[in-house]
Amino acid sequence: MESIAVKINGRGITTCPGRTILEVAEANGIRIPTLCHLKGLTDVGACRVCIVEVRGQFLTACTTGVADGMEILTDTEVVRAHRRTIVEMLFAEGNHVCSFCVSNGGCELQDLACEVGMQSVRIPYAYPRHRVDASHPRFLIDRDRCVLCGRCVRACGEIEGARTWDFAERGSGVRVITDLDVNWGQAETCTGCGKCVEVCPTGAIVRKGASNAEMGKNPEVVAQLAERRSHG
Amino acid sequence: MAKVRVATMWFSGCAGCHMSLLDIDEALIDLAARIDLRNSPLTDLKVFPEDGVDVTLIEGAVANEEHLRLVRTAREKSKIIIALGDCAVTGNVPALRNGLDADRMIESIYGSPTTSNGALPYDVVPQLLGRVSPLAELIPVDYFLHGCPPPAGLIAKTIFALLDGKTPELVGPDLKFG
Ligand code: SF4
Ligand code: SF4
Ligand code: FES
Repeated sequence: MESIAVKINGRGITTCPGRTILEVAEANGIRIPTLCHLKGLTDVGACRVCIVEVRGQFLTACTTGVADGMEILTDTEVVRAHRRTIVEMLFAEGNHVCSFCVSNGGCELQDLACEVGMQSVRIPYAYPRHRVDASHPRFLIDRDRCVLCGRCVRACGEIEGARTWDFAERGSGVRVITDLDVNWGQAETCTGCGKCVEVCPTGAIVRKGASNAEMGKNPEVVAQLAERRSHG
Repeated sequence: MAKVRVATMWFSGCAGCHMSLLDIDEALIDLAARIDLRNSPLTDLKVFPEDGVDVTLIEGAVANEEHLRLVRTAREKSKIIIALGDCAVTGNVPALRNGLDADRMIESIYGSPTTSNGALPYDVVPQLLGRVSPLAELIPVDYFLHGCPPPAGLIAKTIFALLDGKTPELVGPDLKFG
């Protein structure tokens, strides 16, 4: 197989083309924070949390392929500052009130804030108004807590094959919808499999009636399913 | 050595952060020996000292005109401001009303037949602001203590670092909201 040489944080690494910066970094024990990325799903570069620096350019590690001679910096002061600002923007554009979230303590966004050292959100909070949809018999979506990562859209489409979730609107009005923007309980395509619940990184899509202690999620399930299917 | 002058304030919050401050248990004895506690919901001193303080801890979000006046006074007269807890840091629960009409909320909550003449008591109760704000949207804040409430250990660690003349290091799990 063709092999190429890249440098990550000054360390020489031999790898092969066709892999993303994130894959190569992870395979070599180099941590790059992510949010919309989930093993088993197509990467879309939605959240920008995984940015790295390549010759003064900031690229998303999950969607950028490695190339021969590439010099990648994952943890410079500038990268860290941008990453922190990106996480602040995610907080500012939603209503992430951790104190009464069923996913408090089990939320990837909350963990990211700790990881990137977010002291406060320096961008004015938007405090948007969103609709909660509790019409599904077993699940609910609280869009106040949605970071628009699209994991639900991809898990439902790519793994379950139901395509219940999609994005509607543009710009700051974007939101996830079920079917053609009907209440989830009326969405005919939903099989009730619960994959969207497992992959949602925050408390946006949750199981009804679950307490904080019961709300653990298992996003790895999609990678396991994808892996088993690849063996036909 | 002159004692460090400390004030605490309570805006739109549930008092849980002040409870958490009292939860530092026996460290309170050490703390009491090293600080001069000025105005605070925990003391009878209700006026911010004219000659200022070293550190002010503020619990709660800025939700009414009185808070707005006090937060500016606190900044003017304190060397260090600490946002104590999620309401002060993010707006948290009090900010849930942002985007709703403040007057209509007052009307629906307090304008019921239980108020004798239907008038709202604005001569004694400060007017609500149209929008609830975290402290840092209005004044520069020096340290942010996350948590609802911030764990007692985090409060103690921060205050004692400052008393020892060190910069409190707030990292990793210290930064967890909720
Ligand atoms: S429960 Fe399954 S089918 Fe229904 S929306 Fe979620 S992922 Fe799609
Ligand atoms: S509902 Fe959850 S999984 Fe879907 S886009 Fe929002 S945060 Fe991501
Ligand atoms: S993890 Fe790469 S853009 Fe979201």
